[in-house]
This record gives sequence, structure tokens and C-alpha cells, in this order.
Amino acid sequence: MALVSIPAGLRTVQEARLDDSEAERIRRDFPALDQEVNGHPLVYLDSGATSQKPRSVLEAEQDFYESRNAAVHRGAHELAVRATDAYEDARAKVAAFVGAETEELVWTSNATEAINLVAYALSNASAWAERGRGGAELARFALGAGDEIVVTELEHHANLIPWQELAFRTGAALRYIPVDDAGRLDLAEAARIIGPRTRILAFSHASNVLGTVSPVGDLVELAHRAGALVVLDACQSVPHMPVDVKALGVDFAAFSGHKMLAPTGIGALYGRAELLDALPPFLVGGSMITKVTMERAEYLPAPQRFEAGTQRISQAVALAAAVDYLSETGMARIAAREAELGARLAEGVAAIDGVRLLGPAPGEQWYGHARFGLAAFDVDGVHAHDVGQYLDSRGIAVRVGHHCAQPLHRRLGLTASTRASAYLYTTEADVDALVATLAEVRGYFGVTAKVGA
Amino acid sequence: MSLDALYQQVILEHAKERHGSGFDGAPTPAAGHGESHQLNPVCGDEVTVRVDVADGAIRSLRWEGHGCSISMASASVLHDLAEGATTEDFQALVSVFRDMLRSRGAISGDPEVLGDAAAFEGVSRYVARVKCAMIAWVAAEDAARQAQG
Repeated sequence: MALVSIPAGLRTVQEARLDDSEAERIRRDFPALDQEVNGHPLVYLDSGATSQKPRSVLEAEQDFYESRNAAVHRGAHELAVRATDAYEDARAKVAAFVGAETEELVWTSNATEAINLVAYALSNASAWAERGRGGAELARFALGAGDEIVVTELEHHANLIPWQELAFRTGAALRYIPVDDAGRLDLAEAARIIGPRTRILAFSHASNVLGTVSPVGDLVELAHRAGALVVLDACQSVPHMPVDVKALGVDFAAFSGHKMLAPTGIGALYGRAELLDALPPFLVGGSMITKVTMERAEYLPAPQRFEAGTQRISQAVALAAAVDYLSETGMARIAAREAELGARLAEGVAAIDGVRLLGPAPGEQWYGHARFGLAAFDVDGVHAHDVGQYLDSRGIAVRVGHHCAQPLHRRLGLTASTRASAYLYTTEADVDALVATLAEVRGYFGVTAKVGA
Repeated sequence: MSLDALYQQVILEHAKERHGSGFDGAPTPAAGHGESHQLNPVCGDEVTVRVDVADGAIRSLRWEGHGCSISMASASVLHDLAEGATTEDFQALVSVFRDMLRSRGAISGDPEVLGDAAAFEGVSRYVARVKCAMIAWVAAEDAARQAQG
């Protein structure tokens, strides 16, 4: 192992608050942040879409290829052993990071694939049960007419469409917990919707549009009382706050590596061991079998059962390095820092004339949680793409569009919004630059008296 | 590349004035009608264009939609340029506009040929915005084809 860069977290006292000066030190670990865009220093406020990567992660991936590259779980040569060790050590590390047992963590390409894996395993269970395969053990997962899958109105498409399609394949009905005009979940309605027919409840832990943290405890209790499985979309929570899947009591949880300092192409599914071992596979092929004849195959237990084909080895290793970086910085410190940045963003954005902040008002808590480091907003009279273009011309990178949440935007009376999202390397100056530049936008597009130009 | 080269004043004005927006008028008598709806899935922008063609010329081009200033302005400019044009001239105009937008800045807009649409030359340097400028034109091309059907 030849790791040169020492993560900033190692150089600081864990107990101290993550403040602006530490964020400045952290930034130096991220080469991509140190550049000019359109003649201005880059202000990267799009970490909700994907995070930038520290040198330690980039080096871990390169080091894997330089010293240990081989296919895993096959071959007896020395490199294959080293590669398999690295791959499985990464699994143990990432599993522990979210409070799971090692064998409860399945590697996927991303969170979308993780959620699809659950949905397809469940519909395969339905097909197997129908044809008498798998026995009574499997019949409990079978879905059909009269069964209900419940989601919420604020879901990312990745946690909506797999369930629409699962409902279509099995004949189950898809229902959703509505949100009010501001985007707040109607928990009274949730209590009415979740009942004996509910087989699956799927919802996001943290909203990628509203910056809210869902009332996981309340929803899990409703689902489990009804005997339903809970699938948590943890894409916006695992990178930004301490998450313990066992403490949350969910049955499945999905998250993506690229939003938490790791490369693209790697994500993970947590599933309770008992469930993963009982469910049929989704993708089938090499590396996930025990015995194969020309007629049929038998499958390994989880997690291998769900990892067909050559795996995303260097990406898994790099995700473990990312988890090291986050752990050394401290997830509780990161969460506290992001709550401060979220409050600063919300206050700054909401104070601008003609700008509507989506989600909780500044200082407001929903479900007992402060906004995390993300704020989406609508600029009256200026389309989100034009807002984004103006900000980009000043070197400020934000997300524009529906953020893969069309139903929520429609419910809020919008087709698109602009979103700024922070991470551990975001400084107060980044937030202030966004707010100051955003204040010029309506003037530039002639919605108010022209300024600057 | 300054932002003002993208958002030329003529574009900002058309984005506000939106010539030809709204389906209030009756269809042209004895004309072929066409209608096309186009959606940009990246941003959710939508434009519907209705075209009436009679005697080999575009008698009416109306549109409705919502989207960014580039997409709304290009629909407005399209209305001004298309109405009264022969279908042949219209098709040639769409081709010139498309070639300019796809040129990544290599082809500048000729106001003699393109009129106000020449102002969209700056868009060609912003690859992510080319679809915004084209959406109404793609709809119009499709609607005109139907109207001649």
C-alpha cells in the first residue's frame, strides 16, 4: 500500500467542531475543487448530485490496480487472494459504517440498482412461489392482486419507478403517502394507508429536494405493525449523517458510493441477513452459484448470491477509502457542520426578493430534524436552467431541473427548481457566494430593475 | 465567453413577449393542420406547436409551452419567421438554424437569413442548451409535415 495523502481528518482533533478553517484544510485534499471555472474560482454546490473525491480515494483505486488487480472469488494465485481480501475487507468496512453485519451488505453499481435488486428479487419470489419453487419459505414474499406497495410523493424516481414496475409485474397496487403544499409528509394519511394489505413501504431517509430528514421511526413502526417490509433510500443520508440501519430498524437500505467521496459505479444494498438468504437472485450468472447443470443452478448464500459476474472491485476498495476519510473526519461532526451550512443557505436564499425556498422555512424543523446541507428554490420569473446558467458564469455549480423528482415538483406547482447542496468541503464563503450571485439573477433577466450586467 | 453573448437582448425580449403564444384563434379555413408536442426530459420543458398550411405556405404557427428563456424566445422568434413563409423556405430556415446550433460556435448567425433567430448563435457554444433552442423548431417541423400530409 502506498498511500501518500493523509486525510485532513487525521490531522485534527475529532471532538472539535468542524469549522470553516477545517473545511479549508479538507478542501486541499480534493484536487477538483482547486480550479477556475469560467474565470472564477469553482464554487461546487452540487454534492447532492455527486461528491468530489479526495486524493486518498483516487490513490486507493490506483493502488489497487498497481498492486493487487485480479478477479475476486476465483483463481488461486497470489494477486487473486490479495484482490479478494481487499474486496471483502471493503465490504466489512462499509457494512460497519452503516451498522450492518458484513454479509448483509451487497455490492451494486449504484443505489438505483440496489432498489431494483430488491424489487426484482421480490417479483422473482412471486414467480418462483407460483411455480412451486422455493417452498413455503419463499411464498411469504410473493406479491399479487390485493397486496399494496406504499411509497411517498416526494420520492426520487429511483425509489418510485422500480415499485411501479413491481406492481405492474405482480398485480399489486401502488399507493403513496401524500405531501402537503409545502412538501411535508401527511403522517395521519400514512397511518390510514399503511395497513394489512401493505407488503412493502419504500421511502427516502433524506429528501434530495426539500433537505428534510424523514420520520423513519414513525414510518417503520407503521409498516412493521402491518407486517410490511421497509426499504429505505439512504442516498442522501449515509453520506451526510451517522446512519445505523439496525437502530433504524429498516429491512433494506440503499446508498451510492459516488455521493460519499467514492467513484461512480459502486453502491450498496443492506438487507437483513434472514431476508437476503431467503430471497431469490436478481442477476444470475458467474460467481454466484454452487452447482450448475445444463438444466438448472443452485445459488450461493448472500451476499454472493446477488453479485453475478465480475465485480466492481477497485470501486469497492475506493469506497472503503472514502469511508475511512468520512469516519476519520467524523460523521456526527459532518452532520452538525452541514446543518449549519443548510441553515445559512436557507436563510440567505429565503431572504432574496422573489425567491421561494422549498421545504422547511429558515430555522424550522420538520419531524424534529433541522434541514441538512441542501436547499432547493424557485426564482420567480426565471427558469431554473437560466438561474443555473447565470450561476455557472460566475463559477458556481448547482443542480437545475426536477432532480429526478417530477411528482414532487408537480405537487409544489413547479416543473423545475435550482438546488444548492453542501458537503464537508463546503465553506461559508461558498454559500455566501451563491446567495450574493443569486440576488443578481432576477435583475439580469429583467424581472426586476437591471443590476450589474 | 460572456453570458451576454448567450442571452442577447433580443432573446430576453422575446422570452418575455412570447409572440404567437396561445391557441386562441380559429384554424385557417381550407388549410392542412398539424400539431406536435415536444418534451425535454432533462428539464421538463414542453412545447406544443400548431401549424396551418395552405397553398404551399405556412398560414399560421401558434404555440404553447413552458420552459427556460432560450426555449421560449426561440418559439417566439419561430412564430415571427414561419408565418407567411413557403413550406420550402421554412424547411430551409430550420436547416440553417439547426446547423448553426450544432456548430459549437463555428457558424455565426446571418441576420439576413435568420432574422432574430441569428441571436441564438451564442447558444451553440453551450452544448447543454442547444435542445432548449431547438425544441419549438423540432415541433414545428413535425407539425408542418403533418399539415402537408
